[in-house]
Amino acid sequence: MSDTVINSTSNVVYIDLTNETSKLVQRPDMFDRYIGGTGVATQLLDEGFREDKDALDPEAPIVLSIGPFSGIYPCCTKAVAMFRSPLNGELGESYAGGRIATAMRFAGYDSIVITGKAKRPVYLSLHDGNITFKDATSIWGLSSTVDVGKILRDAEPHPGRRSIIRIGPAGEKGVKYANVNVDTYRHFGRLGLGAVFGSKNLKAIVLSGDEELQIADKKDYNKQYKQLYYKVVNTDLMEKYHDLGTTVNVNVLNEINALPTRNFQQTYFECAENISGENLGDNYLIRKLSCAGCPIGCIHIAMLKKLFSNSHDVEVSDIPYDYELVYALGTNLGLTEPEDVLELIDSCERQGVDIISMGVVLAWATEMSMKEKISTDETMGVTLKWGDLNNFLHAVDLITKSPNEFYSALAEGVAVASEKYGGQDFAMQLGRLEIPGYHTGLGNVVGLTTGVRHSHHDNAGYSADQKAFKSGLSDEEIIDQLIAEDDVRGVLNSLVICLFARKVYTPDAIVDALKPLGIEKSEEELDRIGTEIFMKKYELKQKFGFDLDNVKLPKRFFETVSTNGIIDKERVENALEIYKNKRGF
Amino acid sequence: MYNIMGEGIIPKRIKVANQARCIGCYSCMLACARTYYDTVSLKNSAIDIQTKGGIEEGFVSIVCHACIDPPCSRACPTGALTVRKGGGVVLHKDLCEGCSYCVDACLIGAIHMDAYGKAVVCKHCGVCASYCPRDVLELRKVGENGEEIMDIN
Ligand code: SF4
Ligand code: SF4
Ligand code: SF4
Repeated sequence: MSDTVINSTSNVVYIDLTNETSKLVQRPDMFDRYIGGTGVATQLLDEGFREDKDALDPEAPIVLSIGPFSGIYPCCTKAVAMFRSPLNGELGESYAGGRIATAMRFAGYDSIVITGKAKRPVYLSLHDGNITFKDATSIWGLSSTVDVGKILRDAEPHPGRRSIIRIGPAGEKGVKYANVNVDTYRHFGRLGLGAVFGSKNLKAIVLSGDEELQIADKKDYNKQYKQLYYKVVNTDLMEKYHDLGTTVNVNVLNEINALPTRNFQQTYFECAENISGENLGDNYLIRKLSCAGCPIGCIHIAMLKKLFSNSHDVEVSDIPYDYELVYALGTNLGLTEPEDVLELIDSCERQGVDIISMGVVLAWATEMSMKEKISTDETMGVTLKWGDLNNFLHAVDLITKSPNEFYSALAEGVAVASEKYGGQDFAMQLGRLEIPGYHTGLGNVVGLTTGVRHSHHDNAGYSADQKAFKSGLSDEEIIDQLIAEDDVRGVLNSLVICLFARKVYTPDAIVDALKPLGIEKSEEELDRIGTEIFMKKYELKQKFGFDLDNVKLPKRFFETVSTNGIIDKERVENALEIYKNKRGF
Repeated sequence: MYNIMGEGIIPKRIKVANQARCIGCYSCMLACARTYYDTVSLKNSAIDIQTKGGIEEGFVSIVCHACIDPPCSRACPTGALTVRKGGGVVLHKDLCEGCSYCVDACLIGAIHMDAYGKAVVCKHCGVCASYCPRDVLELRKVGENGEEIMDIN
């Protein structure tokens, strides 16, 4: 066989930015034990853990991993990034789609571990088996993350199926919730990976590969692929993501009092219809795109047309939108016009920040300013108020530049800012991470508090709440559901599938799809591995200093009506006890 | 299910019918490569999805245009590419010596070489179209000279 055939699916490449060296190691035992993806990345992060080294220490590793399904089966398009989060100091975990998983797969890298700090700005070029360290000083300081991609696209050989991941100004300046942009429209969004890149002087990674992969049982593989593919496209399991996309939730959540509005002061937004998925889809959507290897096409792109003179001169930009963005920069800031929301999304995209965090930070600052707990001295003349786009645009810019103490605090996230300036009761964070756009009830609060990365994707508390609302679940049943989801998702995220396809990848379908790849695992075994991965993450969280007993629950959660009515604080505390008992903590 | 050519069977050709609908999912490429090679890859596909000037600008599908007088066939010194009924060529792999003259002869770039030194060229079988979720690709009936035959039912 030719050497263009990948001969191992347990390839870990260790890259040292300080010394500009790299080393490829095959770790079949680790992949067998933890499947791949998040399971393997957790192990690799743990191996790189050093006591007393903080998140931005040069020795702190960045781990990127794919799993056995990546690039092989439909909708298995994501890579996981794991790192110590500079935002909350503990477990950093984030997922991105685009072309990254396919690029890693066909370049023959299952995991990439990056440590060290480059002497001056660099970008990494990984093509098939070759790794090169390239000077990035000329693109350091560019004002837009999007432009970085355009430049690297032309500068790099091997056009076509590449993945270009990069940071923007926010990552360079160390905004603690800076993201990493992946192929323009996707991101390693949460928990500040962008700042970790910045601290290593790592501007970007260009990944591409053109190898081929041998499959143990090709005939069975073709059969499994076909079954999964037709389940994806011919059933309605994923229709909601294809049609209006996630913004379908704007109206849905508004109707059930779950749509956070003006910093969670309300859960009903009177202008929701105007910035709903329906309105965006009917009047602004110009294109849908897919991640490589997924036939759904859930990436929704809107066109924003802006006049910049009185003689019909127009500026046109294409802007990706999703539910969380419309919540964070729309309803939660009281913006009522789609154009305003899109423009604010665009400005955050250029800076390269996590939009959920940015939205929550701005919402808190706006409430502070309207309550006159901060003055225009602090905001440097910016008057933050609900629905006022221009001042938000200024604030986003100033947060990245951090010209004074106040904006520096905002760049550290809402937990730090509220510790310094007050307003902790309405600083909407859990586990020191700004929260996503749901106020559905107890399941959401407990789920975000206990989840390994405090994300709604950990255990879907909002979904348990919706079930409780419809058919009534006891608190204990909600907890059981959270625990089950947390464990199942450990497996899905190790394979790594896109969670939008989770209904397609049922336990029996997973067992069947693993077989032709030469991996024999029973459903029970997978369950056990899911729990093991969860526990391992919790151990790592504890090493990073996390303590479930110390999580602060902002008062606002218990003041604003949710889908399931006003949530009682004692009930949540009680539920957390049930959770700890069940987990054996 | 697919377009197996034989006596008395109406030839078909693959056609990029609705380019603007493409979402860049690569389902077509994976299907083509999966069908004709024992490995999983994108590179062994006879159809290639490219971005024109980056992902922001949309996609182009590069696949054989089914020439009636195929320059690739004329360029082949070993007779490995014979003219196909309905347009395009049939590759006789055993005769292909890997010179890649055909690659240069095809103006639209529809041929490339695989890792084993053999040409990768479209068979107009339609597998890719059956995996395209957006009807970008269609398998169309054509006459011997490549003219499209409309279905009148
Ligand atoms: S491969 Fe190119 S030259 Fe040959 S028949 Fe197809 S389009 Fe024509
Ligand atoms: S028609 Fe058949 S051979 Fe041609 S690109 Fe499509 S799948 Fe490949
Ligand atoms: S399968 Fe269809 S939509 Fe997907 S890349 Fe190919 S032509 Fe485009």
